[in-house]
Amino acid sequence: MSNATKRKNRAGRRSPLATVALLAIGLLSTGGAYALISGGTAEAQSDINSQQMIDEGEKLFSANCASCHGLNLEGSESGPSLIGVGAASVDFQVGTGRMPLAQQGPQGEEKPEQFTDEQTKALAAYVASLGPGPGLPDPRYLDGEGDAANGSELFRINCAMCHNVAGAGGALTEGKYAPAIDATPAHIYEAMVIGPQNMPVFNDANLSPEDKRDIITYLEFNRESPSPGGYVLGSLGPVAEGLFAWFFGLGAIVAIAVWLTAKSN
Amino acid sequence: MADDHGARDVVSAGQSARSVAVPVSASQETSVSPGLGVIAPDRFENPGIPPHQPRVTDLDPKKEKRAERTVYTLFYLSLAGSVFAIAAYFGFPIEENNIASTRMNNLMIGIGISLALLAIGIAAVHWGKALMPEEEMIDHRHPVIGSPATRARAVEIFDQANKESGLGRRSLLRNSLIGALVAFPLPAIVLFRDLYPGNQEDPVSALSHTMWKEGVRLTRDPSGTPIRASEVTLGSAFHVIPEGLDESEHYLEEKAKAAVLLMRLRPDELNEIEERKSWSYDGIVAYSKICTHVGCPVALYEQITHHLLCPCHQSQFDVTNHCEVIFGPAARPLPQLPIAVDDEGYLIAQSDFTEPVGPSFWERASVNDN
Amino acid sequence: MSTTTEPKRTRTSSYTAAAANYIDERTTISAVVKEFGRKIFPDHWSFMLGEVALYSFVVILLTGTFLTFFYDPSMAETHYEGSYVPLKGVEMSVAMASTLDISFDIRGGLLIRQIHHWGALLFIAATGLHMLRVFFTGTFRKPRELNWVIGFGLFILAMGEGFTGYSLPDDLLSGNGLRIIEGLVMGIPVIGTWISFLLFGGEFPGTAIVGRLYTLHILLLPAVLVALLALHLVFVVVHKHTQFAGPGRTNENVLGVPILPTFAAKAGGFFFIVFGVIVVMATFFAINPIWNYGPYDPSPVSAGTQPDWYIGFADGALRLIPPGLEIEFLNRTWSFNILIPMVALGAIIVLPMIYPFLEHWITRDNREHHIADRPRNAPTRTGIGAAGVTFYGVLWAAASSDLIATHFDLAMEHVIHFLQAAAILGPVVAYLITKRVCLALMKKDREIALHGIESGRIVKLPGGEFIEVHEQLDDYDRWKLVSYNDYAPLMIRPNSRGKITAATRVRAGLSRWFFEDRIAPVTRRDVELSHGEHHAAAAIEGEHQSAIGADRNRH
Repeated sequence: MSNATKRKNRAGRRSPLATVALLAIGLLSTGGAYALISGGTAEAQSDINSQQMIDEGEKLFSANCASCHGLNLEGSESGPSLIGVGAASVDFQVGTGRMPLAQQGPQGEEKPEQFTDEQTKALAAYVASLGPGPGLPDPRYLDGEGDAANGSELFRINCAMCHNVAGAGGALTEGKYAPAIDATPAHIYEAMVIGPQNMPVFNDANLSPEDKRDIITYLEFNRESPSPGGYVLGSLGPVAEGLFAWFFGLGAIVAIAVWLTAKSN
Repeated sequence: MADDHGARDVVSAGQSARSVAVPVSASQETSVSPGLGVIAPDRFENPGIPPHQPRVTDLDPKKEKRAERTVYTLFYLSLAGSVFAIAAYFGFPIEENNIASTRMNNLMIGIGISLALLAIGIAAVHWGKALMPEEEMIDHRHPVIGSPATRARAVEIFDQANKESGLGRRSLLRNSLIGALVAFPLPAIVLFRDLYPGNQEDPVSALSHTMWKEGVRLTRDPSGTPIRASEVTLGSAFHVIPEGLDESEHYLEEKAKAAVLLMRLRPDELNEIEERKSWSYDGIVAYSKICTHVGCPVALYEQITHHLLCPCHQSQFDVTNHCEVIFGPAARPLPQLPIAVDDEGYLIAQSDFTEPVGPSFWERASVNDN
Repeated sequence: MSTTTEPKRTRTSSYTAAAANYIDERTTISAVVKEFGRKIFPDHWSFMLGEVALYSFVVILLTGTFLTFFYDPSMAETHYEGSYVPLKGVEMSVAMASTLDISFDIRGGLLIRQIHHWGALLFIAATGLHMLRVFFTGTFRKPRELNWVIGFGLFILAMGEGFTGYSLPDDLLSGNGLRIIEGLVMGIPVIGTWISFLLFGGEFPGTAIVGRLYTLHILLLPAVLVALLALHLVFVVVHKHTQFAGPGRTNENVLGVPILPTFAAKAGGFFFIVFGVIVVMATFFAINPIWNYGPYDPSPVSAGTQPDWYIGFADGALRLIPPGLEIEFLNRTWSFNILIPMVALGAIIVLPMIYPFLEHWITRDNREHHIADRPRNAPTRTGIGAAGVTFYGVLWAAASSDLIATHFDLAMEHVIHFLQAAAILGPVVAYLITKRVCLALMKKDREIALHGIESGRIVKLPGGEFIEVHEQLDDYDRWKLVSYNDYAPLMIRPNSRGKITAATRVRAGLSRWFFEDRIAPVTRRDVELSHGEHHAAAAIEGEHQSAIGADRNRH
């Protein structure tokens, strides 16, 4: 069955075109989206606004990101412009290891992150300093103390069709997929705000910060509560259950039937 | 069932091993046609049952003792399992609002019952295999067809019944009986007509309209709050229900037709046909969420490719081209809801959908014509 | 038995005898014991598959009865107030709420629910495997054709039971399943719309369907199922069980262990084992976590929405249809994207059901057959079966096309396109390969029956030639290889009126298809000849046997 590690290690081997273009359009439109709407989370917090962080971020950016995204975030053929994507986007993309990209593929893949938390924040500070965009989420929305019932309902309506009701992920078109949700509350929050890659944007007018908090609360509840029925078989639903019934259930019973009908020695 | 010989014919294989070596008895082969079957005259003959090999438990009393011990130990183990299951029922109660307690309850009772069942089962089978006689015995078969005498008697009974009742002779009686028997279940079928009560709306008409009409605001699912055009940013997808759905008498039925997905694209990304140019608002488009294939919610929106995907059967729709089908079993584009903005900046419907939403139905083509 | 034996003078046995006597005086139970007590059952693991299905069904009946005491099939809206926090206060049907209560607030309720569901999956799986065993061993032949049809009825009823049960919790997953059913029904020409409205009592989802399915699930379908099951078992008794070919086993006898005591111990124990395995699954593995899916609502859906495995082939058939197969004609809508899968499903059900009659029409073999074929000894039938299994398997796989895509790093479009091709080509390839493999195995069997097993000992002949010594089979082992039925293609001959009818031509054609590649069983003469002079043997056998490869006289 599937598991997160497998998904993390998957090698992108699909259509070689498009990643660049996809990312470019994605990040551009996120930035553009942000420019269009007022609101959003509190613009960059004080600690990531310090000049020291920004300088540190600039150094890291020039060394690791500028080859694709340009020295001044203007973008290039191999990477989109990052002007106006905001700190949230940088924290999500770098903090989940999606950036820097390992290789071209239908979509950027989650993998072990390449930068420390401190470095990620510095990068975010630098990118945010060059254009306004969604900032890092306010910690009070990440505490998992919201209304899980509201969260579960919103999750089913807005998220489950791609990510599966249990957050186990699912397929999208042309080899893309919605990943299993095993990210930190901050990254989940950021993903909703920025709409990374093909994920739609869920701005604060669509799902208010409290709604987002409720969704995170529900996901945290699921993560922390044991499955009442036992091992969940990847939360993949009837397909996994059917295979299990055939191979384990019927398999075991056939093995017993062979023993039962074999001649005793 | 009426196999009178069954029990008598059972013989221990050992006693008569050679006597069954007689091959296929001639009776069947001469009386019944084998069709295309080929029976070689010099075929091998059945060598009969091989000599019986005794088991270790037949030869070694110690082994037999041990098998016996295994069996009764398992029976006691099963007993312990049952007791454990009962104890677990009380010992691991379900506490309110505590999932972990539900899990423990499930697990512990389950372990007890599993043990109880598996131990009985394995013990009984082991008993049968190791201690009960396992030498094969023979049961003779008889052709399934009734014996000639039985068949003759059956025919005779039918003939007699026929004569006595006159069923074959009195054709009017017979035919009227058949007529009556054919007719009598019909009322029962008619009675099922009101599974969908007759005083309700005609199905075709019910399927042809939704709650949307001119001026109805687009509201968020499930809160029912109206949506301003300015709130729908590029790349956003809103799951939408009509305003007032909450008060609807048939909430789920109306929602099953009226659910809409609202998306904003850059206006230049939309390839709109002339007559539908006024149906969108500044790149904001609204499409029915109900798949035109068999009705699953088509809600998987990819904001870069602008593809909509149905998770049930993988139909794909291209939002930039009026949701035309680009992959999968669906045949028709998703119906578009014409939208506009009211004085307060809220999104409203210009009208109902201009065609029936959801899966195709037989009369659908005639609805389109109207 | 105690009624017929001399009672011993101990207290217990005299008590048992008295009780038995009491019952016999009122029931003639002694006749039943006499009749059935020593009935013989042959031992083979594959003969237990039907029992697995029967036992799972008993488990389902037991647990299902428990569930009915707590489940409420009402679609009235309520607010959930049970223990599962993320659904507290959420509006849902009473059916869903009562299922959640069974899962979270009734001690052992979740266990019973999971036993019921795992048991159902296993019941249908065991039924399917049992049917495959019957097909591939040809034990549907006379006199068992009708029982095969009854068995098919049971299989269809089992799927119906499964689907109606799956829909009862009224959760999101099953609700979308019902939505698909509604879409399918509406696609039926002429009557579809009305059938759908009658079924749901109006527009989807309505408030009637769960109650109606419940009546079907616990009353109508089980009643019919139990009746057919009883009939199925009566025929098993009437026909007596088939057996595989073996020394001493003939078409006129059955070898095995008697019901009392050995078979009763084994089969009775097996019931507890099957039950136990299901309980183990229910104890350690979650199934259908409806609390994740939430109550049914027409707007949400989950990625990976699939039916339970036994409906998978239908879902897969729907997925494999290419776009655009719907036309408007005569002012009506013709949904071929629905009709084609329906025809395919009908074919999957009907073709195997009538297969015994087709095979009988070709062979006109009116003998009773109580010896199970080894699959290899009926190469064409086995090939046809493999083709059918492949077709079913492709449709089944198609139902998880999205999961195949995500788990094997493929694009779902490629998966679907591959499966579309496989649905058409796969059965043909499977047929050809399976038939060839069967023929190859028969050749090998023939070789062994003629020349024995290669012993590995190399001997130098006086002439300087080296040969490997073959060990001859004993009579018992050889019998297994030479005792199968042999058929030859039909020779077309004019009938009594000197005509050759079209039906005869078709039958002759089909019989050629079935039996042209024929490897006859080894006869005594074959063995004598093969032990004689090498060249002479080759020559005579050449005229004696038709379709044997030339590669066999190498000893």
